[in-house]
Amino acid sequence: MEALPSPRVLVIMPAWNEGAVVGSTVREVLHENARYDVLVVNDGSTDSTADEAAAAGATVLNLPFNLGVGGAMRAGFKYAQRLGYAQVIQVDSDGQHDPRNIDEVLAGLEHADISIGARFADRGEYKVTGPRKWAMQLLAKVISGLAKTRLTDVTSGFRAANERAVAQYLDHYPAEYLGDTIDSLVVAIRSGCTVTQVPVEMRARQGGKPSHNPVKAAIYLGRSVFALLFALTRKPTRLATRAAEPAGA
Amino acid sequence: MGNIAAFLLALAIVALVIEMLRRKKLREKYAVLWLVVGVATLVLAAFPRLLNIVAEFVGVQIPSNLLFAMSILMLLGVCLHLSWEISVVEDETRTLAEEVAILRTQLESLEQHRHLAAPGTARPDPLPNPRPAPQPSPRPNSRPAPVPETAAPAPAGTHITDRPAESSDS
Repeated sequence: MEALPSPRVLVIMPAWNEGAVVGSTVREVLHENARYDVLVVNDGSTDSTADEAAAAGATVLNLPFNLGVGGAMRAGFKYAQRLGYAQVIQVDSDGQHDPRNIDEVLAGLEHADISIGARFADRGEYKVTGPRKWAMQLLAKVISGLAKTRLTDVTSGFRAANERAVAQYLDHYPAEYLGDTIDSLVVAIRSGCTVTQVPVEMRARQGGKPSHNPVKAAIYLGRSVFALLFALTRKPTRLATRAAEPAGA
Repeated sequence: MGNIAAFLLALAIVALVIEMLRRKKLREKYAVLWLVVGVATLVLAAFPRLLNIVAEFVGVQIPSNLLFAMSILMLLGVCLHLSWEISVVEDETRTLAEEVAILRTQLESLEQHRHLAAPGTARPDPLPNPRPAPQPSPRPNSRPAPVPETAAPAPAGTHITDRPAESSDS
């Protein structure tokens, strides 16, 4: 199996007004590995995001108006499926995810349908506190139970998927807040997709700051629980019967 | 007379709904509800005693309260229905937006290829990364699968066999 040429990988980057950083992120990813194709989903940006990304060598998908991360990702998955990519990975356009980790996260797809680059798995210095932390822990616990594997960071936007998971995502990938992480993940698991996680380090964002507002964090907690409860009651997708596992390559 | 005013109002509503239907400004599924309301108001205005009888029958002491309760319930139902409808419409819009974005990207890369690969035989790649752009010769009814390596390690085709079928038939 190793002898075969490695299939191409689509790196999907949802970007909304990230003109300042998207160019360097794209260049970094393309430089990392020749089998990566970068698709920047320009989510209705009003700045130079599309031009910067195209200049850096990415394919740009221009959404006519802002759809949110969930909508942007679904457009990206649709594109990936149309062009027949075997593997896709979501990477933040603000440089938060280290492109050097992409291969590690993709390696997780050898034995699972979805591979999450996890920020808390005893590596790196990413820390959160207060209600946001509780929310993340609660979500991680519940979803770990569902997936029957230990997951520590289910809201990570650093996720890879194979064709099977993409097909499932296209059936259910809500544009709602948190829909792109929790909801889609829970429904994917309940539809029979397997999940694994790979510990990664997070870098400081190149632009913008993560919010530490306690009120916002509390709202986040409420919304995530809400999203989780809904996801748990949704009808799972009927996937095509599982084709033979990529026999331990 | 209040009754006559109510009757005329109901008549006006029914007439308006029918006129809008006739001009195709209103879809039937929404019109039905308003027609029912209009006709019910007509009947009540014509026979005001009816309200008292019904109120007595269902055990409401003041007949007008029955009227109010029914109106509020109905408006609630209409609001909910409209919220549902707009959610459906939003979802459809979102799907169209995705579709348009993908088509535009494919079209642009097609044009790029046509410009660059005009008379030559070898297809030059405009960008440093060899990306799977759609082939210069578009076959409109076939699923574009320009990934150079068709021999993926996994039996890739089996995963999504049901999906390309539907897109290629349409």
